Amino acid sequence: MTTTPKRGVRAGRAGAAPYLFLAPAMVLFALFLALPIGYTIYLSLRRTQVSGLGLGKGSRREVFAGLDNYAAAIGDAELWAGWLRVFGYGVLVSVVMLGLALLFALLLDTAHVRLARFSRISIFLPYAVPGVAATLMWGFLYLPSLSPFQAVLSVFGGEVNLLGAGVVVYSMANVAVWGGTGFNMLVLYTALRAVPREYYEAARIDGASELQIALRVKIPMLTPAIILTTVFSIIATIQVFTEPTALRPLTNTISSTWSPLMKVYRDAFVVGDLYAAAATSIVIAAIALVVSFGFLRIVKNRAFGEG
Amino acid sequence: MRTRRFSAVAAALLTAVLVAGCGGSGSDAPESAQSSAPAASGPVKLTYWTWVPNMDKIVEVWNKAHPDIQVTVSKQAGGDDASAKFLTAAKAGNPPDLIQAEYQHLPSFVAAEAVADISGSAGQVRSEFSEGLWNLVTLGTDGVYGIPQDSGPMMLYYRADLFEKYGIEVPKTWDEYAEAARTVRKKDPKVYLGTFSSKDPGSFAGLAQQAGAQWWSISGDAWKVNVNDPATVKVADYWGGLVKEGVIDDMPYFTPEWNKALNDGTLLTWPSAVWAPGVLEANAPKGKGKWAIAPLPQWTAGENVSGFWGGSSTAVAAASKYQEQAVRFATWLNTDPEALALLVKEGAIYPASTKGQSVLTEAPDYFAGQEDFWQRANEVAATARGFTFGPNVNVTYDAFRNAFDKAVQNRSSFADAVTAMHEATVADMRKSGFQLAQ
Repeated sequence: MTTTPKRGVRAGRAGAAPYLFLAPAMVLFALFLALPIGYTIYLSLRRTQVSGLGLGKGSRREVFAGLDNYAAAIGDAELWAGWLRVFGYGVLVSVVMLGLALLFALLLDTAHVRLARFSRISIFLPYAVPGVAATLMWGFLYLPSLSPFQAVLSVFGGEVNLLGAGVVVYSMANVAVWGGTGFNMLVLYTALRAVPREYYEAARIDGASELQIALRVKIPMLTPAIILTTVFSIIATIQVFTEPTALRPLTNTISSTWSPLMKVYRDAFVVGDLYAAAATSIVIAAIALVVSFGFLRIVKNRAFGEG
Repeated sequence: MRTRRFSAVAAALLTAVLVAGCGGSGSDAPESAQSSAPAASGPVKLTYWTWVPNMDKIVEVWNKAHPDIQVTVSKQAGGDDASAKFLTAAKAGNPPDLIQAEYQHLPSFVAAEAVADISGSAGQVRSEFSEGLWNLVTLGTDGVYGIPQDSGPMMLYYRADLFEKYGIEVPKTWDEYAEAARTVRKKDPKVYLGTFSSKDPGSFAGLAQQAGAQWWSISGDAWKVNVNDPATVKVADYWGGLVKEGVIDDMPYFTPEWNKALNDGTLLTWPSAVWAPGVLEANAPKGKGKWAIAPLPQWTAGENVSGFWGGSSTAVAAASKYQEQAVRFATWLNTDPEALALLVKEGAIYPASTKGQSVLTEAPDYFAGQEDFWQRANEVAATARGFTFGPNVNVTYDAFRNAFDKAVQNRSSFADAVTAMHEATVADMRKSGFQLAQ
């Protein structure tokens, strides 16, 4: 942001007007983002101190805890185990979901596809199903004694409990892929439609096949959109909560601290320790920041054409 | 170029903010249900969180008779979620005036100073309840923190028709129960006598109570925690052994799968509480008339004891402006003959009040074949023993689910899972600063 003296003068002349226009956004930002974050940070520095039995009046006080909650959050092996589980799950979901989304977008963009409108809507439709409803629906389909897949699998001699240890993560990823592919497909497809048709014409005149056009022209043109959807997927994965929480009552393979956010929920609303939950949230936010920013930094040359 | 980098940073920041906002300080605030400021005239308005079915109909009777105290029912989901919701609302300063408080959650409500000590205005109803139930609302202190509403003495529910088919006697001891479990597996490998649920700490606590466990107790000014006492370890080892042997199933209760097993006769027993008929009727309609009740199997032949699974009281929020009126309503609801009759008929609960139990005459529809259902239930209720619940039952119960999930899945030691529960409980109490006795 190199500001020239001339621009500074101009801003001065405008007086209060720019600030007035900015005010509504700033007020909303302060009320609904800055303030809650500030409060979360405040809570994360405090804890309850009980004395005696903790039953009488005034036997429970809120005291300053310094960085104790952070030390506990960072030192909690269960939180890091959760990150590891979520990392594996996230790689699985992102790769499969974005791969499918890209494939569908490219297929829909070819000239010869029939029923394009219908296919587009049917691929997108699962995105409109609320996450909890989708997970419960899939959960019922996974339950060993009710599952139609089980019937099919047993024909081939395979007895697989789709909610069993080691398998449940794939079952969960399947729900996320089912629900998320449509949205990502739409983002990529819209980006594809914005590419000038002349590029393809030029490629065809040069003798490129449809496959070559897809690989050499379309995908490079789509890079910014692919990066955008990847960032969205990373964020969604870090926040994974709905699928494991909704599946948990159906299986004994998902603990109440399976993902980092589930641990935050557990601490805040099951254990009743808002302070530890606040500290863990801040740690999660910091990690999300590092991961998203790190990813953007790695890919920025390609994404934004910067040298 | 600099602006671009800035926007990248901004995007990443926004990301972090989104995550923090989501995981942070509980974004969905519970509905505020507190009464409006007192008006000079006009009726007192009370809000009441409960999940007893048809409570609105019962409250209507009260509202008609008491135009000056109007109660509004807000239906809740029940269980641990309702407790978390109430604690959050109380912390936020806008709880309802009255709530349905399960006995095991009451100590955490008291510790959080979320419920009022109503010993001043509710002390005189003490004689309406048995000693054991009254202790659950006083926590063994001088205070009174709620008025008992219902209780859940445990019994053995079994499929009478299939017991006959497989030639099994109703087990009188847990040893006989184990033997029956083996017999059933031999006769039909598709069928199980029972299942161990790693999702229902309340059920496990009830079975431990029957064996004589005392997870918490108060000695002087300190808590004594003993979740892994010998009685509990005995119960855990018993079920762990049966699960490991494969003669007892390990599917959790209250799942579609479990419903199916209850319905199609592949699950023959359910050690459950007196409120089970409602559950069976809703989830296993095909079993109507085929289920029967018996006392829980005993640890020693000739003994006659049971435990409690569930049960709740009506508590008044500490932040309520109309505590006295709220107590009047709670007293009426849980001790007035008319209200008790409605609770039994409309709410399908097993009343805590001693005289309320005599209202129960007609057997539930589902048990139409067993005319003496309530008589038997009352006999069992008289033998049930509970224990004092501690101030962090939520932690213990969460540890139960995680530890037993793992133990069931890995077929590992159930006694170790009990130790994990004990350690989690003690660690949490120590962290908060509770005084612990050695």
